[in-house]
Amino acid sequence: METTFMAINMGPQHPATHGVLRLLLELDGETIVKATPHIGYLHRGVEKLAETKTYHQALVFTDRLDYTNGLSNNLAYCLAVEKLADVEVPRRAQYIRVVLCELQRIAAHLLWLGTHALDIGAMTVLFYAFREREKVLDIIEYITGARLTPSFIRIGGVARDIDSNFVKKVKEFVKEFPSRVDEYETLLTENIIWKKRTVGVGAISKEEAISYGVTGPVLRACGVYYDVRKAHPYSSYEDFDFVVPLGKNGDVYDRYLVRMQELRQSNRIISQAIEGIPEGPYKSNDPRVVLPEKDDVQTDIASLIRQFKIATGGFRPEKAEVYASVEAPKGELGFYIVSDGSEKPFRFRIRPPSFLNLSALPRMIEGQLVADVIATIGSIDIVLGEIDR
Amino acid sequence: MNREKIEVLKRKFGSQILSLKEEKGEITLLVKLEGLKNLLKALRYDDEMAYDMLIDLCGVDYLGEDPRFEVVYLLRSLRDGDRLRIKVRLNEDQEIETVSDLWRAAEWLERETYDMFGIRFANHPDMRRILLPDDFNGHPLRKDFPAEGYDFDKPFEVKLEEES
Repeated sequence: METTFMAINMGPQHPATHGVLRLLLELDGETIVKATPHIGYLHRGVEKLAETKTYHQALVFTDRLDYTNGLSNNLAYCLAVEKLADVEVPRRAQYIRVVLCELQRIAAHLLWLGTHALDIGAMTVLFYAFREREKVLDIIEYITGARLTPSFIRIGGVARDIDSNFVKKVKEFVKEFPSRVDEYETLLTENIIWKKRTVGVGAISKEEAISYGVTGPVLRACGVYYDVRKAHPYSSYEDFDFVVPLGKNGDVYDRYLVRMQELRQSNRIISQAIEGIPEGPYKSNDPRVVLPEKDDVQTDIASLIRQFKIATGGFRPEKAEVYASVEAPKGELGFYIVSDGSEKPFRFRIRPPSFLNLSALPRMIEGQLVADVIATIGSIDIVLGEIDR
Repeated sequence: MNREKIEVLKRKFGSQILSLKEEKGEITLLVKLEGLKNLLKALRYDDEMAYDMLIDLCGVDYLGEDPRFEVVYLLRSLRDGDRLRIKVRLNEDQEIETVSDLWRAAEWLERETYDMFGIRFANHPDMRRILLPDDFNGHPLRKDFPAEGYDFDKPFEVKLEEES
């Protein structure tokens, strides 16, 4: 008897693929024989564009990579440029960066939680998750002026100093948030329907996950201890006491558990950082790289010249190559920058976590059912803005 | 830890290593194209190396230099927690051996490098463009490709895919 497989296009306009991802599925009944992801629908050529801009100008492209996670993207890029130009960042700025990035991680994980649960059919969770996400975004908007594209972390520090009102808002949030995570967990963690849809679904083994270059919660759900914050500490992460949650089976349910624990750990980091913010300047005073204070520009000719030179011409780091990475909510986000000694990056390479995590998707879903594809895509937490760049 | 590995590498692959550079806390090895696969295989599987993660693979175009392209491998060892950058130079008419059988991550990363630079990887299981459409003209991250593209002023035509 001859067997023919049915081919279905899932996406690019499919709400559960979280953006413009197209999956070409070959089906035997409801079982997936082969899956081929087609990406690139959101390709904007960020790497090419950045080569035509100065280092300060290229910062705004990074917001638009993983648009749920603007601040971590800013940080990864700034760390790379600071390494390249040997800029020392003051401790106060490092702490502010940690507070903001962890707030952003909470916002990104809440967006994932709401949409992932919605995909599987648990609608209530979305409303609870978005309630707290709004609060986080309000705090981020208060200090950065934008909800999704902050461009707030700048080369050498942050764009402006925090005030007592910000500290108060963050402290209020940190105090209340653990009880909110408890609320989400009562909805899902022991929910029999949730477990039936997620336990044992979309699993990948430890060895394969490592081979595929998978990072972030998806790798840690397999039980691999790799978190850039611990492995290559940046921005004072070594000062904070937190645990890296690990899973065991590498399935959708373990990814859920890992992220829920990460919400709590992020909260812990924020509370330590906000209590311990040191006094001092909020940005470096490196005259080659960092813009002067606005007040000085209006009163002092030397500052005016410096402002004009950096804003129009940029700065010229030495001829070198650097790689710097951060633990973004999706995994290891890295920037590899090659400088030829001019004011523009010669090569601006982004190492996107979602790209490599998605490349393991066919391996995760082959042999599973169509409905599990939705659960698995949701559990990887992809953002196409970062995959396609 | 990393330094011991470098000594071992120098002993085993001394003739293969063109230069060794350490700047800003990152170690970079520039190696010869011939025998690259053997070197990478040793880095992946030898117990004293154990670079089991391919963090990144990308191309760089040094237009006007000879050889023109550079392929950069960024490796990381989970056990030892160190990173190592391997670089190799090649020309437009040269092919480079795929490493997708050593690290599956290379499968998509090599496709992207082909897409953006036109560097071909021999024995790759699926050497197609990945981000750009199949009929795209040129390889955009090459330095001689204009940032605004070749036909930016022409309307975009939608072509239907051929039935396979």
